[in-house]
Amino acid sequence: MTNRPGLPVRGGDRKAARVRPYSLTGGRTRFGHVLLVETFVASTAALEASEERRELTNGGLRSVMPELRAIVELCRRMRTVAEIAALLKMPLGVVRVLLSDLADQGKIRVYGTGTGHGTGRPDRALLERVLSGLRRL
Amino acid sequence: MDSVVSDAAASQAFGVTPFVDVETDDNLRSWQTDRTRAPIATKIVVAGGFGVGKTTLVGTVSEIEPLQTEALMTEASEQVDDLTGTPEKVSTTVAMDYGRITLDDDLVLYLFGTPGQERFWFMWDDLVRGAIGAVVLADTRRLKDSFPALDYFESCGLPYIVAVNHFDGSARFEPEDVREALTIPAHIPVMIMDARRKISVIETLLSLVGHALDVTPE
Repeated sequence: MTNRPGLPVRGGDRKAARVRPYSLTGGRTRFGHVLLVETFVASTAALEASEERRELTNGGLRSVMPELRAIVELCRRMRTVAEIAALLKMPLGVVRVLLSDLADQGKIRVYGTGTGHGTGRPDRALLERVLSGLRRL
Repeated sequence: MDSVVSDAAASQAFGVTPFVDVETDDNLRSWQTDRTRAPIATKIVVAGGFGVGKTTLVGTVSEIEPLQTEALMTEASEQVDDLTGTPEKVSTTVAMDYGRITLDDDLVLYLFGTPGQERFWFMWDDLVRGAIGAVVLADTRRLKDSFPALDYFESCGLPYIVAVNHFDGSARFEPEDVREALTIPAHIPVMIMDARRKISVIETLLSLVGHALDVTPE
């Protein structure tokens, strides 16, 4: 088959494809939590306003870091990492660091994703479930 | 200075923007309020050049108003996570859209629409980890815009399909013309679709998941 005029051909004038080296952290926090964009997190307890805020206080002078408080409040509902970043209008990388700290302190729980706690590809069983779920839409 | 002003100033200094939750309690899914167990989260990446229809595609099937997530982009990207002493943004940001489809009580599919330029690859490394696969959205008037995404997904081995978003008034090409121009192997689906139509987007997603299943070992 001949190529129709007007469509540029990929590979005609390019260098070999190149992939950035994988990030060393692999999305893991210090204590091994995996924080992918779609990872679910939720707070571990109902927020007892005054007590919780004192615990989270970073140093004596300032009240609780506002972004930590905002995250814990959002996490009274099941949230994803990307959702928290979007709702708080904070960059993903920053949200990851804060979530990682909160998880290490036991303030939030980090759940596994469709690939468990690993970072591989979804298995066939999950793909089959997604297919049938999409067909029902 | 009264306290209202200083509170606002303080919160601005730390980069926290007051947020409006997009979901009212009436629209909540059961899994959102049950903190004892999380549903299974899985994702599909939608990549392509600017203006090719990624946001439209995500919005067409998402059960929520698509949200925008930002990532910092700096020359020295290793340092972007360092908050200390840098309350103000010193780098530009790049936005990606994300939408959600609850497929079952315990199964939620996320769609991430992300810019397809080579300079955004740092975001893709993160996005493709654990993903089902990618839809490379293409516009035949600007086919070159889809080259970097194709190169990237081929390099990292992520299952992908090519979806040509047909724009009204643009020339119609057959999928095989596009396949040849993009040098897409025969086993990878190439389809013509319309990102504005829900049924067309669902067919596209079905095609990708079906393809991912085909290439996943038993």
